[in-house]
Amino acid sequence: MEVPNDLLYTHEHEWVRLKGNRATIGITDFAQGQLGDVVFVELPAEEAELAKENTLGVVESVKTVSDIYAPVSGKVVAINKDLETQPELVNIDPYGKGWMVEIELSNPSPDMQHLLSSDQYGNQCKNQE
Amino acid sequence: MSQNISTNLKVTPLIEIHKELGAKLVPFAGWNMPIQFAGVLSEHNCVREKVGLFDVSHMGEVEVEGGGAKNFLQYLLSNDLDKMSDGSILYSLMCYENGGVVDDLLVHRFSENHYFLCVNASNSDKDYQWIVKNSTSFDVNVRNTSSETSQLALQGPNAVNVLQSLCDVSLNDLSYYNFKKGRVNNVKSIISRTGYTGEDGFELYITPEKVSEVYRALINEGQPYGIQPIGLGARDTLRMEMGYSLYGNEIDDKPTPLDAGLGWVIKFNKGEFLGREHLLKQKEQGLQRKLVGVKLLTRGVPRSHYQVFKNGKSAGEVTSGTFSPTCKTGIGLCYVSKEYADIGSHLEVQIRNQLVAAEVVKLPFVPRHVKK
Repeated sequence: MEVPNDLLYTHEHEWVRLKGNRATIGITDFAQGQLGDVVFVELPAEEAELAKENTLGVVESVKTVSDIYAPVSGKVVAINKDLETQPELVNIDPYGKGWMVEIELSNPSPDMQHLLSSDQYGNQCKNQE
Repeated sequence: MSQNISTNLKVTPLIEIHKELGAKLVPFAGWNMPIQFAGVLSEHNCVREKVGLFDVSHMGEVEVEGGGAKNFLQYLLSNDLDKMSDGSILYSLMCYENGGVVDDLLVHRFSENHYFLCVNASNSDKDYQWIVKNSTSFDVNVRNTSSETSQLALQGPNAVNVLQSLCDVSLNDLSYYNFKKGRVNNVKSIISRTGYTGEDGFELYITPEKVSEVYRALINEGQPYGIQPIGLGARDTLRMEMGYSLYGNEIDDKPTPLDAGLGWVIKFNKGEFLGREHLLKQKEQGLQRKLVGVKLLTRGVPRSHYQVFKNGKSAGEVTSGTFSPTCKTGIGLCYVSKEYADIGSHLEVQIRNQLVAAEVVKLPFVPRHVKK
């Protein structure tokens, strides 16, 4: 299971890559492994305003439907349209081509206390295996 | 997402082999069963294109024996056993008086006075009690042999080649819905040409003490044929593509087997049987709704209990749905009002807060390849 150390994580298995006032978001390697083959990803519209911890989208595997939650508040500036035709990218490359949305942070220096470091998140996953 | 395996789940004799093969285990009908190995899509395609091996030892078995066996089963079951010969198999419903379904099952005839029924895992205790309760005025002995019986399903176009190299029965002479007693890897088995996938294949009934060696032998023998172990996840997507009913989804204890399109196993002309009166009345009054297959016309996955609409007006409900690995679209089985049930009829499935366009299509969703 891969947990890159340059990312932040949520308890609900999203990852966040921060760059200036933008955050790229996806689901973790652990999450895609638990879900199994991803066959459908529903993402918000561009320009949508998301509040932290609200539903950002839905990822469906053959057997399950799971909500994805926004780890930070902000406006959606990009969505990964490739997932419409290739949802399997979430399985193949969860931290790269399987990214889901990019958000422009509403607060440029937001409180990140609720997010986990790679070590913290890795430990959480070990306990769930 | 954590796995909470409660200790009172039953396990099949193959549990350790499943773990060795990388199974993800989940509770199902009181059993700790493999839901997937390599992944549902890969397993599904393996059964459609090559061959897959399922552990279905959770299924229940009930033996009925005695001079009154045939008459009893004619009374207990909706299908007509009259044309059965020794070694033949019949799909049937077992109904309550009110036409609700106790279970759907396979009847295997050893002889006119000796049969065994293969029933759903989730229903096997209930079934056994129901069968015993209704047998009192017949000359029969009813035994629940579930714990003495393990079951494997070998399914896919290469199944016949894999099994033939390990068994002493000529599979060329074994036609669909027939069984023979024989040996597989020198272990006594009942070998039946049946399945729940729509592909050619076999179901094997074996003593639990010997099932592990047969399982390993089949996996080894199947290597050149591309065999994979298959979990319950793919079992469900395979049966949905065939439009096969699953107890608990399309049928249950409510009186809907005619709506479900199962009239072909309800033989009103054979004489008295449990549920006949109510189902006949239903048939004469005409059905109000029908089980149909729908394909989504855009992206999305229908799931059981999603609502179905026609031009925004309520039209029915999804009973089973999935992403179809073969069609590569969302497919669903659903009950809809009969005026919307024609092939080609356009409907909408509500997925979260959206109405997604769908079309009623002919079942099965993909061609069947069983051996006729």
